[in-house]
Amino acid sequence: MKLALVGISHHRAPVELRERVAVDLDGAAALARSLADGCEAVVLSTCNRTELYLAANEARDLDARGTAALLELAAERGDEVAPVLYRLGDESAALHLFRVAAGLDSMVPGEGEILGQVRTAYEAGAPGPLLDRLFRQALHAGRRARLETAIGESPASVPAAAAALAKQVFDDLGGRAVVLVGAGKTSELTARNLVSRGARVVAVANRTVEHARELARSVRAQAAGLDELPALVRAADVVVASTSAPGFVLRVHELEAALRARRGRPLLFVDLAVPRDVDPALAAFDGCFVYDVDDLEAVVAASLVGRRGEAVRAERIVAAEAERFREWQASLEVVPAIASLRARAEEIRAAELAKAEGRLERLPESERRLVESVTAQIVNKLLHLPTVRLKEAAAGADGHVYADVVRHLFGLEDEGRKP
Amino acid sequence: MAELLVWPALLAYGEAALAYAGELRGPGLSGRLAVWGVRLGWIAQTGLLVVQALRADGFPWGTWAGALNLFVWLVVGAYLVWGCNARFRLLGLLVMPPAAALLLASWLGGGTDSGRGVHSGLVLGLHVGLTLAGLAGLSVAGGMAALYLWEERRLKRRDSRLFRLRVPPLDALDRLGARTAAVSLALLSGGIVLGLARLRAGAFDAAMAVTLGLWLLVAALLVLRHETGLRGRRAAALLVTVLALVAVVLPITHFAS
Repeated sequence: MKLALVGISHHRAPVELRERVAVDLDGAAALARSLADGCEAVVLSTCNRTELYLAANEARDLDARGTAALLELAAERGDEVAPVLYRLGDESAALHLFRVAAGLDSMVPGEGEILGQVRTAYEAGAPGPLLDRLFRQALHAGRRARLETAIGESPASVPAAAAALAKQVFDDLGGRAVVLVGAGKTSELTARNLVSRGARVVAVANRTVEHARELARSVRAQAAGLDELPALVRAADVVVASTSAPGFVLRVHELEAALRARRGRPLLFVDLAVPRDVDPALAAFDGCFVYDVDDLEAVVAASLVGRRGEAVRAERIVAAEAERFREWQASLEVVPAIASLRARAEEIRAAELAKAEGRLERLPESERRLVESVTAQIVNKLLHLPTVRLKEAAAGADGHVYADVVRHLFGLEDEGRKP
Repeated sequence: MAELLVWPALLAYGEAALAYAGELRGPGLSGRLAVWGVRLGWIAQTGLLVVQALRADGFPWGTWAGALNLFVWLVVGAYLVWGCNARFRLLGLLVMPPAAALLLASWLGGGTDSGRGVHSGLVLGLHVGLTLAGLAGLSVAGGMAALYLWEERRLKRRDSRLFRLRVPPLDALDRLGARTAAVSLALLSGGIVLGLARLRAGAFDAAMAVTLGLWLLVAALLVLRHETGLRGRRAAALLVTVLALVAVVLPITHFAS
């Protein structure tokens, strides 16, 4: 069986071209079904890529079908899309998908969403034996890369770094209380990242309460003035500050009593403001951690360096999985020869038993079964080693030569031609 | 037979200790090898203890070396409850090197031999077993607290390479440390009660006083945690003090004979 991939991705195409061929999940499912006429098809469409995976017994028109489908999606911009399309086959296509699933082909190495997107595409597609195996193994490779390396563990953006820090302090963020100081876009983004991990925003505090109300409504929190901060801080787990105030908004002398009352209960201050809102001296209190925007950016930078280091290890895992897939795919070449060989042997065994039917009739039933069993075992044992050797040869480059030799020696092609 | 089981246990614990050091470079094969080393070593040591129990004509762990053998088994057992979880693997770096070293010391002291035993009766056996189990649990809780203090320090210092190492979250360390201490306190209480039950008049000594002091410290920590919400650095520092006290109490009480 042959495998083909036709796709467009962020490596060669800007977003204005990628968006022309992007499809939602229903669209991907419909496109896969329409392409699956006589072959297998899965469509993977994310914000960074749209890729068509096709498989069939013959590779003749797979590339052309994939290309035509993408150009049809691109409609009047087909001329611009055509030069940035890439086409891969068999081993290269498999390796590419495994790298995609492991997050190695993403803008941020190891990003977590892609594995779920590959799974969704697979489930919505029209896979057959080859694409089924390919996608299952790709998901396995993606999981292995994340489990056996730290490629997906460290945060890759400032809001993600804040959320990861909160997780490192509190473990489960479910139900943790977040207080936003300042009603700006930055704190909202960070808050949403925390909320997506289970935390809840309990209050939005701002110098002007009116300005806090809109954001407070959207995150179902209370709006408060800055004078209420000591009480809010006392009950909070995470404080995200991003006001445009010229000096510290969260100061030691105002919060000292509230922090002492917490008795060491952890509290994370995320200061996204420049100039800073949180007095760094607050970190001296038991259980208080203060991170400003420079700290978070340093965490992200170190994470990206770490991710790139881990990507080298993940590449090795992906390459090993791709090799396993190649061996499996190559073994498909000799499967028909093995099946014919076994069928031929079984045919001979049955014919010889039929010839001896007259003499076997006189034997008791148990002995006739014994003869059946012994002859079947002889056939199996005789064919076991050739079968293993054929599969081994298939993993190398000369599998088809061995298959031809077996067909020739046992006259299997003639068998195959029989109706 | 006992000799046949000591070496696999020692080798597996040693392998685990080394493999945990490899885990510092990042999660992967070394972490899994470490966990399997702990599991296989613990199974081998369990077999060793069973053989010792079957062959001895009394309590087989009455000597300092024997008690050390049992203590190591209990510590590794307590660690195994969470240690196989990927998040807690780094705790193995605190547990397994001392465990391997202490088992080696026990072997050198004859604590892994079979056939010998101390005629002591069931009550003393239970007293020693429960006390050692309590102290082993407190050691693991102390290890978690030490890890808490180290991780808290990294967080306070705003270490940019914070996520390069897979260290358990502070809250998880705090919770599990307290839970382990609570279970250990119950076991230690049982051991102390049995010890007091067979205490002869005038036999109360300094070792018993230190053990009771340790019990009081852990009990106070748990009461303060429950009643006043004591958490964080202070609670962890108290648990590390407990670990230090265990290191003092054990040699005096159980490894001195």
